[in-house]
This record gives sequence, structure tokens and C-alpha cells, in this order.
Amino acid sequence: MSAPAVIAGLLDFRRLDLLATGDSALHRLDARAKVLVTLVFIVCTMSFHRYAVASLIPFFVFPLAVASAARLPIAFLLRKVALVLPVALLIGLPNPWFDREVLVQMGGLQISGGWISLLSIVLRSMLAAAAAIALVAVTEFPAICGALERMGMPRSLAVQLLFLYRYLAVLNEEAGRMTTARDQRGGGRPLSIRLYGMLVGRLLLRTWDRAERIYLAMCARGFTGDLRRGQPSRLGGPDIAFVAGWCGLFLLLRTHDVTHWLGTAVLGLLR
Amino acid sequence: MSHHLVEARGLSHVYEDGTVALQDVSFRITHGESVAIIGANGAGKSTLLMHLNGHLSPTRGEVRIGETPLTKETLPAIRRTVGLVFQDPDDQLFMPTVYDDVAFGPRNQGLPEADVDRRVREALERVGIWHVRAKPPYRLSGGEKKRAAIAGVLAMAPDVLVMDEPTSGLDPYARRQLIGLLGEFSHTRIFTSHDLDMVMDLCPRTIVMLQGSIMADGLTREIFADDALLARCRLERPFALQACPVCGHTHG
Repeated sequence: MSAPAVIAGLLDFRRLDLLATGDSALHRLDARAKVLVTLVFIVCTMSFHRYAVASLIPFFVFPLAVASAARLPIAFLLRKVALVLPVALLIGLPNPWFDREVLVQMGGLQISGGWISLLSIVLRSMLAAAAAIALVAVTEFPAICGALERMGMPRSLAVQLLFLYRYLAVLNEEAGRMTTARDQRGGGRPLSIRLYGMLVGRLLLRTWDRAERIYLAMCARGFTGDLRRGQPSRLGGPDIAFVAGWCGLFLLLRTHDVTHWLGTAVLGLLR
Repeated sequence: MSHHLVEARGLSHVYEDGTVALQDVSFRITHGESVAIIGANGAGKSTLLMHLNGHLSPTRGEVRIGETPLTKETLPAIRRTVGLVFQDPDDQLFMPTVYDDVAFGPRNQGLPEADVDRRVREALERVGIWHVRAKPPYRLSGGEKKRAAIAGVLAMAPDVLVMDEPTSGLDPYARRQLIGLLGEFSHTRIFTSHDLDMVMDLCPRTIVMLQGSIMADGLTREIFADDALLARCRLERPFALQACPVCGHTHG
């Protein structure tokens, strides 16, 4: 598979966009509520100490609950989450070399702190990715940008973010066309580095051109730098309940070792 | 003051690389006229359109819309007056749904949401695609995309409609439908096109361009009867005016 095809595969925006236009109780929540809960979720999971593993596991309940409540296709979400694994591994892999102090002794098996912190990094990245993808799959992207802006992000940054998203989709389409054109005449030969560089350069120029035309079209319809959306939504009862419920749970999971309690309780029942 | 006038006076444009795209172009298009700008590839049609909406500024000469010269100060007002529909609807549709995309212009005009809603509904009903309002634009067919792009411009209530190649890329049925729709508009209309049969149907007046200059400006029928002019400008008679390939009979 050539590089643009990989890009096209990674940035499966249409699918996410389509999911985001769905209609479920979660879709209807105010975007600010969902953004806030996702942010609190990420801060809670990231703030654990570096050997945390067991206490991270219960946090998977959030993306799973969102996915099942909004009837998102789990396989699709898992594929997206799997995309962060290489990055997480790259960051975490040196740890077992540097941190050789044995932390866990299971019979003859000794596990060093490095391996545990590697596992912890992988879990955290998966949690963050799962939560972020679940958020994007139940909220239209412009609504997320609008929510960020209303929560205090500078307007120009919010507009930039929206364009980034829109132009990634453009890049995706251009890449798709170039891949087809190359495959057509490539004779099944692998891509040389030189050709690869040329393709990426062309891709940049073509995307640039198209982005400029889109910008012109926006100006032609009176765009002056702020993106106005319809009636600003109001936070209602369900939004507040959503924020309070999930943030409460996250704080509980963060401050108390729920996994340990559960383990003890289960063992108690078995006894 | 009529907003519907479009006038170019000695308009010239030289691109940064030295390409002369327009040379001393002058014309005056009045209220309610429907005018085609035709010419070979690279004749300067697109550059000219970019001037009518202020996306390019003239190297020499000026553009006037109504009685207002196009300057930095008058640009926002002029963009409200002149609606530009791009050739590729994919360049124009960028919001997540058709509805939001059509609402983009009216919202930029700062209209209250009730008025925006009315404008969007009217525009989408006008072009006959109100039923796809909740779809993302990339899920539309080519003809629907074109209509959505036109609705996006109609919703701004422009006095002048400028369209770059409106029928390009459409199947014969969608093309015929679009021509019917464009014929119903009462705006001042300016089209560029290689679809000379569409020009015959929609535009009583035609401006012929060659290498950045106007070669002819007159009645469409007369221009299409001038074979020497058409050949010089790398054009041909529309099919409707060519001899029938079966019986050799010529209409027109």
C-alpha cells in the first residue's frame, strides 16, 4: 500500500462525520458538556503515577458506555484506537531499559518498573484516544470548535481548528485521487523514495491550491474571520446531569482505588 | 441607484509571473441581462470572473458594480451584491451539512436566525433540494452539489449572479434541469461556459474573449453565425446550429 493510501486509511473522516450526524441522546447533548467531560477524563487518567495500571482499567467504562449508548460500531472505534499504539510504544519502549528495578514478583517471574510504566503509557494513550474518538463520533466537529470557543479558547484558534479538520478531509481526497492515478500507471512496482517525495510535494501543492479556492469561496459569501453557527445552544438538565455524573465518577476513580475494593469484594464473596 | 449594473472599464490584469491575463477589457451589463463570456482555455474568462467579485485587483482599469467602484472599502457590500458560483461545487461546500452550508452566507451577513432559516428554506426549495438539507455535501450527486452551491449563493440574496461553467460535469438530464432553473432567475446573470448550446438557450448576449481581450460583444445569434470569428477564437458553432449529421439540414 502506498503512503497516500495509508493517509487515506488513517483519516477516515467521512465515517466519523457520518457517525457524528446521528441522533441519540448523546448526540443531542450540548457539545460543551461532552468536551468538558472528555477533558476531565483525560486529565484524570493522565495524572496517575507512572506505575498505575490496575487503577486505569475502570476508566474504560466511559468510552464503552458512550459507544454503546450511541450505538457506535465498536470494531471501527477499536481500529482508530489501535492507530495510537505505535506512537505509545515508541514513547514507552525505552522504559524497560532504563528502569530495571523489580516491582512485581510473580513466582519466578520478575517484572521491572520499566515494563509496568510502558504498559501504563499504552493504557493511557488508548484511554485518551478512545475518549477523544468517542467524543468526535457523537459530536459534529464544528460544534466541538464552537464549544471550545465558548469555553474560552481564542476565536482564531477555534477557527483554525475547524479549518484543519476541513482541510485534512481535502488532503484525504486529493491523496486518494493521486493514489488512483499512480496505481493506474505504476505497474504494481513499489514506490521509490524519490517518487514518494515528489508525490508528497505534489500533494502539498494541490491541497494548497484547493484550500485557496475554498477560502475564496468563503470570502465570496462574506466570511470575515468568525464562523457563525445557528442559535447558541443552552445547557439543560441532561447536560448538567451528564457532566456531574461522569466527572463525579472520574474523580472517585482517581482518588479511590476502586479496582482494589472490587477485587477485595469479589474475593470476599468467593470465600 | 441600481445594484444590477456590472461594468468593466479598461480592465487589465498581469499576474506576478508576467502573464497578461486581461488587456483593456471594457463592457457594461445592465439590469436583468443574461450574458455569456466564452473563449478558448486560457482566454482570461476565469480571471475576469475573479475581478467581478473582488478576488483579484486590477493592474489597470476598474470594475464598477451599480455605480460603486470596487475598492477595499466597498468590497463587503459588493460581495453581497454579486454572488459567485464556483465551477467545482466541492470548493464551495465546506460546512458539515447542506443546511449549514447554505446558512453560511446569511449568517455572515449577521441576520437573525429566523431570517437565516427562511432564506435557507427559500433557496433550497428554489433549487429543489430542500429534502437533502441534513446530508453532508459529499453525499450528494453532482447535480445536487451544483444546486446546493447555487442555493448557497441565492441565500445571500444577490442582485447579480456570476457562474463559472455551470453545466460542466453534469449528466445530460441534470444539465437540462439546471439550464431550466437558471432560465427562471430574474437576476442579472453572467456565465462563463464552453457549453455553447447552453449559451444559446440562456444568453441573448455573448462576449467573446481571446488572449485576454474582448474580440466580440453582441447578440449571441449573430456571433454564432460568424464562422470566421469563431474559428479565430478557437470556438465552434453550437451543435444546435451545426448541420444535422444525418440529413445535412441546418436549423438557425
